This record gives sequence, structure tokens and C-alpha cells, in this order.
Amino acid sequence: MSKKQKKVLLRIIISALLMIILHIAYGMLGEEKTGADGTVTPALIKEPVWFLLYMIPYLIIGYDILKKAVKGILNRQVFDENFLMAIATLGAIAIALVNKNGDYTEAIAVMLFYQTGELFQSYAVGKSRRNISDLMDIRPDSANIESDGELISVDPDEVEAGSIIVVRPGEKIPIDGIVTGGRSTLNTSALTGESLPREVTEGDEVLSGCINMTSLLHIKTTREFGESTASKILDMVENSSSKKSRSENFISRFARVYTPAVCIGALALAILPPLFLLITGSSPSWGSWIYRALTFLVISCPCALVISIPLSFFAGIGGASHSGILIKGSNYLEAVSKTAIVAMDKTGTMTKGVFEVEGIHNSPIDSEELLEYAAHAECYSSHPIARSIIKAYTDGMIWKSDVVTGEAFPVPDTAKGPDDVKAIDRDRVKGVEEIGGNGIIAKVDDHDIAIGNSKLMAHVNVNFEECEHCHHSGTVVHVAIDGKYSGHIVISDVIKPTAKEAVMRMHSSGVKRTVILTGDSKQVADDVASSIGVREVRSELLPADKVSAVEELLSQKGEKEVLAFVGDGINDAPVLSRADIGIAMGALGSDAAIEAADIVLMDDDPLKISKTIRIARKCMRIVYENIYFAIGIKLICLLLGAVGIANMWLAIFADVGVMVIAVLNAIRALNVKKL
Amino acid sequence: MKKSYKIEVDCANCANKMEEAAKKTAGVKDCVVNFMALKMNVEFEDGADVKSVMKDVLKNCKKVEDDCEIFI
Repeated sequence: MSKKQKKVLLRIIISALLMIILHIAYGMLGEEKTGADGTVTPALIKEPVWFLLYMIPYLIIGYDILKKAVKGILNRQVFDENFLMAIATLGAIAIALVNKNGDYTEAIAVMLFYQTGELFQSYAVGKSRRNISDLMDIRPDSANIESDGELISVDPDEVEAGSIIVVRPGEKIPIDGIVTGGRSTLNTSALTGESLPREVTEGDEVLSGCINMTSLLHIKTTREFGESTASKILDMVENSSSKKSRSENFISRFARVYTPAVCIGALALAILPPLFLLITGSSPSWGSWIYRALTFLVISCPCALVISIPLSFFAGIGGASHSGILIKGSNYLEAVSKTAIVAMDKTGTMTKGVFEVEGIHNSPIDSEELLEYAAHAECYSSHPIARSIIKAYTDGMIWKSDVVTGEAFPVPDTAKGPDDVKAIDRDRVKGVEEIGGNGIIAKVDDHDIAIGNSKLMAHVNVNFEECEHCHHSGTVVHVAIDGKYSGHIVISDVIKPTAKEAVMRMHSSGVKRTVILTGDSKQVADDVASSIGVREVRSELLPADKVSAVEELLSQKGEKEVLAFVGDGINDAPVLSRADIGIAMGALGSDAAIEAADIVLMDDDPLKISKTIRIARKCMRIVYENIYFAIGIKLICLLLGAVGIANMWLAIFADVGVMVIAVLNAIRALNVKKL
Repeated sequence: MKKSYKIEVDCANCANKMEEAAKKTAGVKDCVVNFMALKMNVEFEDGADVKSVMKDVLKNCKKVEDDCEIFI
């Protein structure tokens, strides 16, 4: 508790005690007593002494409200809640004074409850704010720089990109960089939500926010602190509640209308019924109508709603980020809860995207030579297939040919020494031209190399034979050298172990359709889809086709349904932004994907897709519970207050009690572990 | 131009009111108050003098909610 909160708590306790003592004293000394023999003993202490005594606890608890109310009037803020509370309680005191019944307790109690509610609110919000920032405790406080053999600790903001920083075991890596010395194990749980340790050694890229576990690391920073992963993630989470959802906007609009409406209702209640009674000749009973109107004013504060809705979203987003799911705004959280169609990329999303060269078929030349040309032609590409071909070449496998089929398959070269590494020589490569989505044409050592799918072969007018060896469904990359077909490389990808369960869970969390969109061949795509349980497949799509496929799906969905696209973010940026919700997967460290996506999954586990939907559903359920609950209770109390059943005690419950319950309910959104 | 300020305010409704007040201030194009993070993101109109605009924003916010603070 802060100092301010403690002071309020003290005032509440003192005022409550005084009020109780006065209440008991009034019962004993303030009322006329009729003895058994009918003699009347007059009250020992009379008005206005009681009034003055009761004003002590009232002022202790309410002086700041009264002060703010006066300031509010000076600033023409009529519907200020302080003003309303002041009017309501002063009104109640005035009625007690007129009726001479000494019932000042009510006004003090209303003020007490109101202050208790405010205190609870500021305490609960502060607490959950701290909880959520503790969850996201990845902001490093300092960076260590070595200077003259001594470690000095500096503000990470002052470290320039390219400096060497030292991270001791147990410390957080403050800035993204590359390990230049030492080997250690990193705990990435703050970033990914998984506590799978990661081994790093010289040359490995490391991200800020990871905790160095075992030994000292020297890291050359590649970015500035503000541009580093940890800072970016924190910025994103902190700013996420600035993008307000429809429910939040509804609530702030509602709040703006609600308070004036209730106040006008109160005014009408105070004047119209008594006037009507007066005209019809009955007793107007002003006192009771004014009391009912004052009850209205107590219920008029929209705080329960205004606090609990954003708090629910904040808690939901905080809980999600703790599980490695970054949601960029409450509006996205709201949208993703209505997901009906999930379109997903295959490579890197449902499959590992780690391609391996599985075999080389139909090659008239030496397999290693073919691979050498292929690897050089692809050397500028960052496509996973290209990387796998380059890797197969640099790893220097020995290619053994099967005697019967002539098919080559890789065998590790056991005689290979550490210096025996094959490297790509980019000087040998000229005129690289990428034929969008189909492959690459390049010149390597004066040979024209075309490498890509069957469409590329048609494009460069090369006939190729369908392969009788390709009975398994891998990706086939054809190679033509100097316009002559020179065989193909079979590359296969591994389906992620959790992919099947992920699809199942998506369906059980209310997703109606799952669709795979892939640039891969029909055979491969169908194979993957059937083994993970996805029924719809659109295969052989170019990047532009993916956008139109998404547009087609968008036109088929219902008005309130949402289409989410899940991709690995490398070349899906246009699709990510076209879909209602773009989810980028395994995007840690990839700026383009973080920019384009609305939701970022920090690791590449497809189970997180359904988890995201479930977190969003839970959060939205809580939001609606709070909206209906708070508005419902207030309306009921207004109704009861108007007909005179509800007194001010009930009204203050409708205000403070509802808020306390709504806030507690909102905090539930933080708990997403088991979803 | 956009800038972010730390604020101090006790209740959520007051934060909403601050947002309204800041939006109506001359020189402010748009403003979002984030009660949960206690931050105010202000987008200024082109050519506005940030310092004097923020002074007005603070003044207007104080009018609607006496108990607020913006750390300019």
C-alpha cells in the first residue's frame, strides 16, 4: 500500500469507529425513553449537539470529497462523482435534520463505503498492474561493459550497437547480440513461456530477455537497447491496452451517457411525483421522494464498469504474454475470440520448416556436383528450401548411389576433418533472378542454372521426366544446367509433433473451418493435411494467390465471424495484414513479422493457436459477465430505489460492492495456465 | 508527432475524462489515456509547440480531475 492509501485506510477506521460509538450513544442518550410506568424521560443530549458530533466522522471521511466537489463546481463539472456523492450525503444529512430522527449514520456510511471502494479499487488495480509487470519482468536494469579489465555496470540505453557486453550467470541478457566468447545455457522462458533451456556458443545469436544460467558470456551487441527484443515486447504489451476494443469503447460511451441520465432521472424523481401528488390533492411527501432521488445519485457512478472492462483486457493480455503469446491490442483479443476460420501456412507453421535434403534423383552428373551448382544458385535466397540445399552442400555429405535405382542418398562423411568445410563462394555466382514463387535462375561458373519447381522448368523450356522414385511426399526441386535437365533434389519437411492435437483443439474451441494455404505441391500439401486432420487444402499458391485465397475465405464467412491467418511471417506479411487477425508464429527476433502481425506467438508450437483463442474466449466471457452484471445490478437498484424499496445502503452496495466483485472477476483473466 | 507521458490518476473514469479533456485541447490531434499502464499517448498537430500544448493539456485535465498529474 502506498502512503496515500494508508492514510485513507486510517481515516476509514477512525471514522467508522466514531460512527459506531455515536450510534450506540445516540441509542442510549439521544432518544426519549418511556418507562414501564408511562413516565417519559427526555433525551439527555439534544440537537443540535448530535448533529455537530456526527459531523466529526463525516468530515474525517468526506472532507476531500467535499473539497473536490466544490472545485468541480468551480470548473463546471456538474456530473463529477465527487459532486454527486457530496449532494447525496449532504442531502441525507439534511433529511435527518428535518425529520429530527438523528439518522446521520446513513450519510457517513455511504461516504465510508464509497471511500472503501475507491481504496480497494486503487489497491487492486495497483496490485494487478504490478502482477502483470512482474510476469513480464524481462526489462534488464543494467549492462556490464569491460573496461581496462574491470567490469563496469552501465545503463543499457548508453550501450551502442557493436559494443561487447558481459553477461554473468544469473543475469538477464540486456541487449540482442551475437556471442563472441563463452558457452552457456539460456533460460528463454520469459520470452517463450516454455522453460526449455537453450545451449549457446560462440557465433550464436542471442535475444535480450533470456537469462544466462551457467557461465559467463561475452556478447557483441547487434542492436541498441530500444530496438532490442525485450524492449520491443515490453512496449508492445504496455501499449496494447491503448488499442481499445469495441467493448471498451462501448463502456466509455455508456459511462458518458449513464451518469447524466441518472442525474436527470434523480431530479425528475425529486420533483415530478410530489408535484403530481400535490395536484391530485394528496400529500406530496417531499422528504421521501428527495431521499429516493439521492439514492439515485449514489448509484450514478459508472466506476465498476469503467474500471473492470479495461482491467479484464489488461489481465488477459498480461496472462497471454506470460505464456509466450503477444497480443497487440484489446481489439485483437476481442476479435480472435470470434475466430471461425483458421487459415494456415504449412511450412514452418504446421511443419518444422527445417528441410533436409533426402535424396537426389535422375541426375546424369555427379550428385555432389549437382548439389554444388544448386547451392550456389540459391546462395542469396533465405527461403527454407534454399537454406536446406546450401546446408546439405556445406555439411559435405557423401552421396551414395543405390545400385538398383540409381538414387543418391546422403551418408555422413566420417573421414571429414574440421578444416574440411565446403563453403559457398559467392563470386562464382552472377545474375541471380528470382522467378516469384517458382524458383531461381542464375549463372554459376558460366553455366546457366535453373532451379525450382515444374513451373520453372516449363518457363525455361526444359523437359523433365516424372520421377518413379518419388513415392514419398517430399518437395521436389528440379535443376536444369545449360538448358538441360539434370535431375532433381528431394527435400522433405517434418510435421510438428503437436500439429495434430493443435488442429483438434482448434476445432474443439469453436473453429469451424481449418484451411491449409501453401505454395507446395498438391501431393505434399494433401499428405500433410490428412495426417494432421485439416480437411481443406489450397495448394500450389504463389504469395499473391494466398492473398486472393484469404479474400475468398473472407467472403464466405459470416458477418460476426473472424478469419485468422497463421503463418511463420517470413513471406506471409501481405496475408497476415489482409486477414482479420494475423498470427505470426515463431517470430522471435523477426521484426517484419512482429510489425505485420496482430498476434505474435513467441515459440513455434501450433498448440498456442488454440490457446490464444481460449484465452480470448475466457477474457471476453469475463468482460461480458462484468458488463451484464454491473449494468444489471445498477438498473435493478435504480428501479428498486425509484419505488422506494432500496435505501441508500443498497445503493452504495450497487456502487461499491459491484465494483469490488467486477474487479475480482476481471483479475481471473490473468489465470490462463490451464487453458 | 507522437509522445508518451507518464501520468498519475486514481480512478478509471477520471482517466477517461482526462482523455476527453486532452483531446479537446488546441494543438492535440488525438490522445489515448491508458489507465492500466498509467500512460498518456498524445499525438500533436503539425507545427504545434509541444511544451505549451502540454501545459494546456495539464490545465484542462486538472479542471476535470483535480487529483491528476502528468509528468511532462
